[in-house]
Amino acid sequence: MKRAVDTAEIREAVKSLLMDVNYKLSPDVASAITSAADTEKSELGKKVLSTLTENLKVADEEQIPICQDTGMAVVFLEIGQDVELMGEYLEDAVNAGVREAYTEGYLRKSVVSDPIERKNSGDNTPAIIHTRIVKGNQVTVTCAPKGFGSENMSRVFMLKPAQGIEGVKAAVLETVKAAGPNACPPFVVGVGIGGDFEKSALMAKQALTREIDSCSEVQWAADLETELLSEINALGIGPAGLGGSVTALAVNINTYATHIAGLPVAVNMCCHVDRHGKVVI
Amino acid sequence: MERELILPADREVLKTLTAGDFVNISGEIYVARDAAHKRLMDLITAGKPLPIELSGETIYYMGPTPARPGRVTGSAGPTTASRMDFAAPTLLDMGLSVMIGKGKRSKEVHEAIVRNGAVYLAAIGGAGAVISKAIEKSEVVCYGDLGAEAIRRLTVRDFPAIVVIDSTGRDLYEEVSPSE
Repeated sequence: MKRAVDTAEIREAVKSLLMDVNYKLSPDVASAITSAADTEKSELGKKVLSTLTENLKVADEEQIPICQDTGMAVVFLEIGQDVELMGEYLEDAVNAGVREAYTEGYLRKSVVSDPIERKNSGDNTPAIIHTRIVKGNQVTVTCAPKGFGSENMSRVFMLKPAQGIEGVKAAVLETVKAAGPNACPPFVVGVGIGGDFEKSALMAKQALTREIDSCSEVQWAADLETELLSEINALGIGPAGLGGSVTALAVNINTYATHIAGLPVAVNMCCHVDRHGKVVI
Repeated sequence: MERELILPADREVLKTLTAGDFVNISGEIYVARDAAHKRLMDLITAGKPLPIELSGETIYYMGPTPARPGRVTGSAGPTTASRMDFAAPTLLDMGLSVMIGKGKRSKEVHEAIVRNGAVYLAAIGGAGAVISKAIEKSEVVCYGDLGAEAIRRLTVRDFPAIVVIDSTGRDLYEEVSPSE
């Protein structure tokens, strides 16, 4: 059944999600950080993890951002094909939500309008907007503001099909090792395998918005998530890169069909502040 | 070892710090990141004076969120230090003695640290809310037009940090996970 949705509702959802996730992590990520303190073996690592737990408490109580890099706003829109959008143009509405969140929410304006001229846009716009038409008459808004300490350490590999799963593992481990202390471990590692160049990167980003204790529905990928998490934690990088047994909280892998000639693998690194929130309209 | 560190500190004090020490910093430090470092380097290249005195000073690589009304600062955790590697050796040679950030440094920065008896400390990445509690005062010194990237002077008390590269060049990051 056809349904009208005013884009003002989408603007409001973007605004409230971006503020909420910057002050408070979703329970899946928060509890992963807290329980990591129990499994961590290094004393310095334990101290870092308990500081991170304390940090989440202070951020929530005082409505101060968990991290000063409140990110570039990444917004995923899944729009049902039976939805008729009313009101302001969709992308303008999303950017208005971003502007209001970063201004009214005391979030850092971290966006420059041009990559070379580098003048700050002043309100953290524009957002990175990914829109997809899906079945049904609902709109799902997912916001995942992304800090660049970890974004800068992300990679895309165009592997050869013959490199197979061993090639994928090597690519992920190489990326994590290079990220080291720069990307604020313990990490959440988003991996996209298959598709083409940009599809793999998009899947890696989407993998970061999954619940971090979730598993891939593809059996080999779910097994690979477990195996890679254990190999990453054996690297010894540890919390804040100061050494220890907890280097990653989770590895999330999304997969898609690909071409007979290729095996694209994207690794989107995320720090422990894996901010994501979702609203269904 | 956990210990107190008052900044600014004499180089003799900095020599007693060892990679892996946990320090609680009190005192005064500067804040600067990418855009401010570019301006400082442009002034140096042009042979002009700097707006801040670097001798014996500390630079914390950080860009805070805006403070809510009535608060000293917003969230204030470290940013990735390697982006300041292009400027750090020059600033160290001009007297800078302590850098606070996160992440690995270049070979040139290592050499400048040892040459000058300086230290590189890591603050905990992603702990900006907790770190803000250690900041008692925050003032924009210059480059206010840069917003979050302005040069600031902070007064801190019990600011938590870890010695990563000490004045002898020992590097905790390299010890736990060597670069290839």
